[in-house]
Amino acid sequence: MSSNPDLAIEASGLVKTFGSTRAVDGVDLAVRTGSVYGFLGPNGAGKTTTIRILATLLEPDGGTARVLGHDIVEEADAVRSRVSLTGQFASVDEELTGEENLILVARLLGYPRPRARTRAAELLEAFDLTGAADRQVETYSGGMRRRLDIAASIVVTPDLIFLDEPTTGLDPRSRTQVWQIVRALVAQGTTVLLTTQYLDEADQLADRIAVIDHGKIIAEGTSGELKSSVGSGTLHVRLCDPERRPDGARLLSQALGIDVQPEPDPAALTARVSDTERVAAALTELSRSGIAVAEFALGQPSLDQVFFALTGHPAEPTDAEDDGATEEDAA
Amino acid sequence: MSTTAAGTTTTATRSVDETLQVALASGSRPDPVNALSASLTFGWRALLKIKHVPQQLMDVTAFPIMFTLIFTYLFGGALAGSPNEYLQFFLPGILVQTVAFITMYTGVAINTDISKGVFDRFRSLPIWRPAVLVGALFGDVARYAVASIVVLVVGIILGYRPDGGIIGVVLAILLLLVFAFSLTWIWTILGLKLRTPESVMQTSITVLFPLVFATNIFVQTDTMPGWLQAIVKVNPISQVVDAVRGLMQGDAQASDIGWALLSCAVIVAVFAPITMRLYNAKIRS
Repeated sequence: MSSNPDLAIEASGLVKTFGSTRAVDGVDLAVRTGSVYGFLGPNGAGKTTTIRILATLLEPDGGTARVLGHDIVEEADAVRSRVSLTGQFASVDEELTGEENLILVARLLGYPRPRARTRAAELLEAFDLTGAADRQVETYSGGMRRRLDIAASIVVTPDLIFLDEPTTGLDPRSRTQVWQIVRALVAQGTTVLLTTQYLDEADQLADRIAVIDHGKIIAEGTSGELKSSVGSGTLHVRLCDPERRPDGARLLSQALGIDVQPEPDPAALTARVSDTERVAAALTELSRSGIAVAEFALGQPSLDQVFFALTGHPAEPTDAEDDGATEEDAA
Repeated sequence: MSTTAAGTTTTATRSVDETLQVALASGSRPDPVNALSASLTFGWRALLKIKHVPQQLMDVTAFPIMFTLIFTYLFGGALAGSPNEYLQFFLPGILVQTVAFITMYTGVAINTDISKGVFDRFRSLPIWRPAVLVGALFGDVARYAVASIVVLVVGIILGYRPDGGIIGVVLAILLLLVFAFSLTWIWTILGLKLRTPESVMQTSITVLFPLVFATNIFVQTDTMPGWLQAIVKVNPISQVVDAVRGLMQGDAQASDIGWALLSCAVIVAVFAPITMRLYNAKIRS
């Protein structure tokens, strides 16, 4: 494979099997330098395994990949010296304090002791952890742990950072903080590859998104491209009276000439519309028949709908299998 | 009023953003560390853990103190005529037993690192990969030394008198540290191979108990049936006990020390390569 300088990651045909499970099943990737690339998929889709392969923690069973121009198997050391990984489970030592964790990583990266100390202090400050610097990490909240974890990943600013589900399990405020950090990293010129189960997160952060299911990339593109591949827009209608929903659905379906789906909300309906011009007429039809509309919205389809349209199943986390368990079972 | 509040928030957000930008901008890459400094840094980490969780040190020393008291006063008279006479025989043995039991915590610690995810962080750093293991061993040596001194002090308080003098005792402890370092390589295999820290602990105890009891720690070998004597004599722990006892009593035989060191060398030669192979194979499974 020839190396393209504009690409931070180029992979072709990556395969990894654990026992009889093909966790990664022929993944091709091209991630532009300086961009944010999102892996979107449910638990067990193969996101973590792919990231671990690219970060040289796992060797692939098949296929090749170059990260920042270096082969991930032949030149693993060169790759390791330029990338950082923030794993799905916080990769910090819970028995040490936040400060000690950062000093440890800084020392291992080659900082002399005084420089390691100042670097740790600088990072604790930037990640709003100065007050907790002397506390053992096991007393940290999920959000603090996550921030420390990311801080440990950027002791030396990496050219490429892998963030494996950086906001899973975080409260909304911590989530926003992590997003802020990701944006700051990108502004600094770092390429980001992140995985997420949250569609809005991919939508918010990623320049390009790959939708992964059962170890395969089933769709790839910008968030807009993925959405338009499903339909040009979505109509949401919420009725005042849930009792009238079947009537409303029938009327809308006639007026728009397409299928109308009930939503989990008992008063709400949704339809994928290609001809937005007819929406106004359809809504008029409803009010003429005495079906009161509480609210309506016409917008792009959500990534939830995209995922459903692509895979035929919702992007809900499945309970039994996740990436971790798959590896554990095979190990 | 609301405008002011909003203004303050924006400023605060910006300043966090700015410190973040500064922190990101100043992360230049220093020269990579060599194998020794990486290992020493991991040794420092092990010492920090002792500082933060001193209970683990108490756990491993409380048990041998109890053993010393029970065996000396409960069985000592029956086994050797008088508690004091038994203590002279038993103390070097219990010293070996104490350190042998602590060695298994290394496997547990490695397994905990793997299951918590911090292992992935270390392995994704551009460092000499075995440094994690070697550094953990450095830290453990400190733990063995502390435990040895505690048991020795308790023994001296109870009336143990080493005829080998200070030099004999220091040499005995040094030999013991070499042995502990060697033995650790067995537990690192379990730490890398097994699923949970609990299973590492259980398996280690299952291996250690027969290994520690089928020795000359508690009684003289010649009081045992012939088949057991055969087992006890080839048990590397017995070899080490002979040498440690000799050094502390001041009548060490060169052959005892030779056999002890040979046992250590054999253990390392057999188990260290297995550990390293498993360690490297972690990236393939």
